[in-house]
Order: sequence, then structure tokens, then C-alpha cells
Amino acid sequence: MNVLITLFWIAVAIAGAMAAGWLFRAAAVALTRGGTARALRTAPVTAGFGMLVILLYVLVALFAPLIAPYAEREVVGAQFLPWDSTHVFGTDNLGRDTLSRLIYGARNTVGIAFATTALAFAMGAILGLLAATVGGWLDQILSRIVDILMAIPALIFSLLLLTIFGTSVPTLILVIATIDSTRVFRLARSVALNIVVMDYIEAAKLRGEGLWRLITREILPNALAPLVAEFGLRFCFVFLAISALSFLGVGVQPPTADWGSMVRENAALITFGDVTPLLPAGAIALLTVAVNFVVDWMLHRASGLKE
Amino acid sequence: MKDTTEKPVLLTMRDIHIDGRSEETWSPIIKGVDLTLRKGEVLGLIGESGAGKSTLGLAAMGFTRDGCRISGGMIDFDGIDLRKASETERRALRGKRIAYVAQSAAASFNPAHKLIDQYSEAPVQHGIMSRAEAERDAVELYRRMRLPHPEEIGFRYPHQVSGGQLQRAMTAMAMSCRPDLIVFDEPTTALDVTTQIEVLAAIRDIVAQFDTAAIYITHDLAVVAQMADRIKVLLRGDEVEEADTRTMLSAPKEDYTKSLWAVRSYARPVQPPVTEGIPVVSVETVTAGYGAADILKNISFDIHKRRTVAVVGESGSGKSTAARVITGLLPPRQGRVLFDGAPLPADYRQRSRDQLRQAQMIYQMADTALNPKLRLRELIGRPAQMYLGLQGKALTERIRDLLRLIELEPDTYIDRLPSELSGGQKQRIGIARALAAEPKFIICDEVTSALDQLVAEGILKLLDRLQSEFDLAYMFITHDLATVRSIADEVVVMQNGRVVEQGPKPEMFQPPHDPYTELLLSSVPEMDPDWLTRLLKEREKKAGKG
Repeated sequence: MNVLITLFWIAVAIAGAMAAGWLFRAAAVALTRGGTARALRTAPVTAGFGMLVILLYVLVALFAPLIAPYAEREVVGAQFLPWDSTHVFGTDNLGRDTLSRLIYGARNTVGIAFATTALAFAMGAILGLLAATVGGWLDQILSRIVDILMAIPALIFSLLLLTIFGTSVPTLILVIATIDSTRVFRLARSVALNIVVMDYIEAAKLRGEGLWRLITREILPNALAPLVAEFGLRFCFVFLAISALSFLGVGVQPPTADWGSMVRENAALITFGDVTPLLPAGAIALLTVAVNFVVDWMLHRASGLKE
Repeated sequence: MKDTTEKPVLLTMRDIHIDGRSEETWSPIIKGVDLTLRKGEVLGLIGESGAGKSTLGLAAMGFTRDGCRISGGMIDFDGIDLRKASETERRALRGKRIAYVAQSAAASFNPAHKLIDQYSEAPVQHGIMSRAEAERDAVELYRRMRLPHPEEIGFRYPHQVSGGQLQRAMTAMAMSCRPDLIVFDEPTTALDVTTQIEVLAAIRDIVAQFDTAAIYITHDLAVVAQMADRIKVLLRGDEVEEADTRTMLSAPKEDYTKSLWAVRSYARPVQPPVTEGIPVVSVETVTAGYGAADILKNISFDIHKRRTVAVVGESGSGKSTAARVITGLLPPRQGRVLFDGAPLPADYRQRSRDQLRQAQMIYQMADTALNPKLRLRELIGRPAQMYLGLQGKALTERIRDLLRLIELEPDTYIDRLPSELSGGQKQRIGIARALAAEPKFIICDEVTSALDQLVAEGILKLLDRLQSEFDLAYMFITHDLATVRSIADEVVVMQNGRVVEQGPKPEMFQPPHDPYTELLLSSVPEMDPDWLTRLLKEREKKAGKG
């Protein structure tokens, strides 16, 4: 009987998510106009759900102080209080409100992940496009450097670098961005290599266009679709990497609320059958799934498939 | 030509409607076409691109491409209703009783398997022959298709065989089960004229030998005149008219058909040759190539103001390489290029902005020559902005003028993307982009070969008008001698990187010719249905003498 009830609630959750996605897409179509509305109308329900979740995360991250019932670092009661009406998800190992920390965690974890991915893309894409456009020695040197960086396992490499340079948030962002930009470099370079052989690039070169304009106006717009899709995927990986590093203790440092470290700090509760430590893990999982829904839709559009 | 009116009917298509899916809605591609084909008869389907020729040809096999559906009508193939038949029944027919020969054999063969393996697949699958029988049969058919070394050629991979041979191997493959019907979808369009003749002759013979019925799809009227017993003209999914080949050629009824027939007659008056004055562009004893091999061997020619020099030759003859040397993309090993009497730096990166401006280029494929993410405003406006320093209102005005010059309405088109234009319109944008730089000299690299004949004629007329309006010098690279006839003042014939013959057009089209020029000229299909037969006889006679 229990199994049936569980199945029933899973079905309700999926149906609810689909309905929410559908409603969100309908609302988005109604609120936008022109090309955006046309693109949204063809979006699958899953993409609608994904966009809704991402929007909610962004809102929570932006307005964390207004939404959270308590402050991020405030000790509000005894340790490991159970769920009740004052502390919806109970308290953690130091007696801080779990819900508040979850909400602040969105701000820290998502914010850091976003900054890292953006930086990784700026570095990787610019260098990749440059390597493909200029070619020759520059391409060889950049590509070999990237090969060397990629030969070292990412997690071990980032652990090593963080141990050397210390574990502040800017260092964390820089280290993960550098390691991730190698993947972006490879993608940007291979996409651009297919574009630089087109006649319109030849025409632009013969026109006497400079390198900067060649890259930004002629090549980048045509390479954007796969790069945007990759951005979504990379974002998820960065997110997981930061959470993993935090769990290992070299990522976001206490007392800053972070979903990865929250799992570690409260992991002991699992042994007592309490699901609280799974909440931040669930928050990570949900955002990852949501981002991938949206990315799937974008990849689909970029590949030009109709059906 | 043979009389087939007495033979039994093989294929009947009645009131065929086919829809194509675009952006969630179905729009008609074929709007109620009838088609009857008797055993052993060859029907030519002609029309512009988008007329629905290929769609109709495929429907004769009960097949539609993805995103298309047959929405109405009846297809009866030898007593079998192809629309009611199950997919299994239809599949049993395909390859065995109905075969298909695609436009590009190079793209249709699987590059990972030998030709003979691909030949054997259909007969073995359908259980007609054993593997060993199929291989013996393949050699026999390769011989009949007049492929060189028929015993060995099947054991090569597709990339080891030339384009013309590949197309013949594909026809042999279609013949492997001795089908009753073959659909030929533009089988020679991608080939050079000299290669095309061999393929046409081989196809015609083998179809006659096995008394196979065929649907021959092409946009080239002269080709269809050689191949078909009857011709059907399609226009935007509708039938225009149908008649036997001779009647159709001598007395077309509809205006559209007449206009198709008239295309090849366009010719502008030839300008007298220039003997004095400094040529705009002068190529002096240029030798150039990639790696160790020389593609161009000691070539020289001049192009004067207001003149069009056509550079003719087969693919691989070095025409486009010559253009790359002039534009500076490929610095020559020896020789130099003069512009207005002054030598140009060999590498385009060392040329001044003004030198770059003076020589512009129009590409064969407008699809790849226009950045798909930029709007026409920027595509055309960029050269004007760069070279002439136009900004703001003056720039917009210039873009509008240029659009008017190429006969496109500025208000409608200025903010469009290239994907929102037809093939001919895209090529016009390519022309406008070249004009925006206000050059003296334009290289036209096969600008009309990807276009339908009516559209191509429009482009040629436009280029001609612009030439007299702006005193332009053209270098016109082409493999199509009909285009040469209509637009050139002077002709340069190239073969294997050498200039074989050059001179004013009237001289070039008069004997005596260099043997290669002779071969090129005689290989251009003519509208006369007896042309191919006569030509083959003549060549045989000559070969016998030699």
C-alpha cells in the first residue's frame, strides 16, 4: 500500500510540474511579443518547467534577505531541532534555521556557479575563436596548453590549486573557471573551425576586416547556438564541482551558507532517518534538471531539427 | 525516340496531391498532377527548383521525404495500389521493380563499402541472386555502362572513382534487379559537360536495352531532349503541359514553356576588342599552386575596362585558383598581377584598403557567401561604411540605392536575413555587396551555376546593365558555355592549369579550334533531340579514322 501511495505522489508531482510548466509557458507567450513569443510557443512543456524553476531560483537568490525568516548565520535554537511551525525544516548542527540557510545558499552557490561559468566562457570562447581564426602557431600553442591542463583530472587539479592558493571565494571562482575554460576552448575552436572556411569569412578578410570585427561580427553570431547550449551544461558541472569541493571542505567556507557544505554538516542526521540533509542536495538536483530541460530545447533549436 | 503508344501502361498517377510541413502547417507542394507511363517509356520531368519534380518522382515509388505526405490521389504501379499497400509490400518493390538514381552519386554511395558490395545488396536482399551471381552480373553491367576495367572497378571504394564513373556505377546498381521503372533525379547536373555526355549515352543505351521505363528529372532542357520520349513541364506543383519530345520542342503551347525555351537565346552585343590602353587587370606569366604541385602553369591574360573575360574549363582546370591569385588569397610562385598598370602585392594582407576595394568578388554559392546572421542592411552597408566612410543617414540612403539597383524593394528587404530570400535574390545581394565598394573590377565565380535558368538569365542581364552603368571589368569564371555565349567579350579556355586558347568570343566560337576547345564546344547539349546520336556517331567516325 505504501508503495502505491508513493507512486501516487510521484505522479501528482510530475503532473503538477508539467502543469506549472505549461502555465508558465502560456504566461510567457502572452507577456512577450515578436520572435521571442514565437520561439516560446514551440518550446516543450519541460522547457517551460525548467524556465519556471530557474526563474524561481533567481528570485530567491535576489531577494534572500526578504524571504528568509532568519538571518544566514544566526543561531536561533537548539541543535538539530525537528521540523515544526517555527523552524519549517528544523535547525542544523549549530542551531541555525535550515530554511533560511537554504535560501541564502541559493544566493551563494548559484551566484558563484554563475560567475565561474561566465568567466570560463569569456576566457574559453575568446581564446578558442582566436585560435581558430588566426591558426598556425598561436593555435598550436593554445591547443597544447589546453591539452596539458585537460590531462590532469579536474577534481584533483582543483584541490591542488586551492590548497596552494588558499580557499577564498575569488580563488575558487578563478581556479574552477580556468579548468572549465579548457572545455569551452575546445568547443569554441572546433565550432569556429567549421565557420572560418565559409565564403563569407573569406569575403570579410578580402574586404580588409580586422581580427576583432571578424571574430565578434562574422564568427561569433554563427557559433553562438552551440556555445549557449554548452553554457547550460557547463553551469551544471560547475555547480556540482563547487558543491563537491565544499563537501570536501575546500570550497565555500563556513559560516557562509552553501548547499554542498550543508549536506556535509548535517550528514549525521541521515543515520536517524531524517531527510533534512537531502534538501540542499535536492535543491541542487532540481536546478540541474531544470537547466538541462532548457538546454535540451536550445540544442534542439540550434540543430535545426523540426520534428 | 521510340513509339511506345502500343505498350501496356506501367504506372498511373491520378490527381496526386502532396503536402509539405513547414512551421506546424501543411502547405501543398504538388497540386493534383496526373502521370501515365508505359512500359519502356522515358518521361522527362522539367521545371525550376521548387516545382516539385523530385517530390513527384519519389511519389512514383510510393515514397515521400520526411516532412511530406501524400494527401490525395491514386498511384497504381502495374496493378498494385501504392497508397494502399503496406510499407512491407512497398519495400518489396523498391530496388527490385522500382529503382532510384540520385543527383549526387558521390553523396549517395556509402563511402565505407566497395562499389560491388553495394551493387550486390539489393539482388541478394530481394533473394533474386546469390552473392556470386550478383558479382558476375555487376561486371556485366559495368561493361555495358562502358566503365573502364569492369572486372576490377567494383572492388574500389567510391572515393577512388571519378564523379562520372560513380554516376554510371550508380545507374548500373539501379539496374541490378532489372527493375521495370527507374527514377533518375538530375543524374548529370553535378558533372562537367564532357563527362555528362558519357553518362547520358550510357544511361540511354541501358534503358533501351532492358526496355526499362524511366522518369528523368532535370532542369536542363537540352539534356531532357536527348533522353525523353515525352516531356512534362511542372511549375510550382502544377502541370503546365505535356507532349512528346519533338512536339514540345518545336511547338510549345504555354507561355511559360516558351519562356523556358527562350532562355538560351539571350545574348548581349559583343564589344569590340580593346587593343590599346592599360588593362584594368593583367595577369602576367603566373605559376601558382598548393604544396608541391602547380595548379596554374604560366598563365597570362588581360581584362580591359567595360569588358567581360570568360574563363572556361572543367572542374580542376585552375579557373578558381586564378581568381584566388588575383584576389591575393594565394600568392603566386612566379609572375605577378597588375592593376591599372601597377603591380599588386601578392598577399591580400599587404594590399592597401583602396586596392582591396577596387577588386571585388561574387561567389558561386550565395548561401555560404552571405553571413546568415547579419541583416541585409549590414551585409550591403559594411563595405560602403568601411571604404567610403558613410555613416548614419547617408549610409542608409546608399543601402537603399544599392537595393534599388539590384531590383529589390528597399522597404521590404532592408532588414531581412539571407534565409528570408530566394536563391536568385541572395545572389543579387552578393552583387550589391560587391557594388557597394564601388570597384573597377569584379570576379564572378560561377555566379549562375547554382540557379535556375530563368533566374540565371535575370542575373546575367543585371550584371550586363551594371557593367555599362559603372564601367566595370568582369572576370567571369564558368564551366557553362551557354553563359559564355550570352555574356562574354573575350574567352580564355583553360585545361590542367594551362591556357589552351584565348581570344575574342566570335573567333572562339568559329573553327579552327584547339582540340580541347573543340571537345568542350561539341559537348554542350543542344535542344535538337537527335544531337546526342549524331555527336556519338561523329566521334566514333573520327576515332575510327584516327
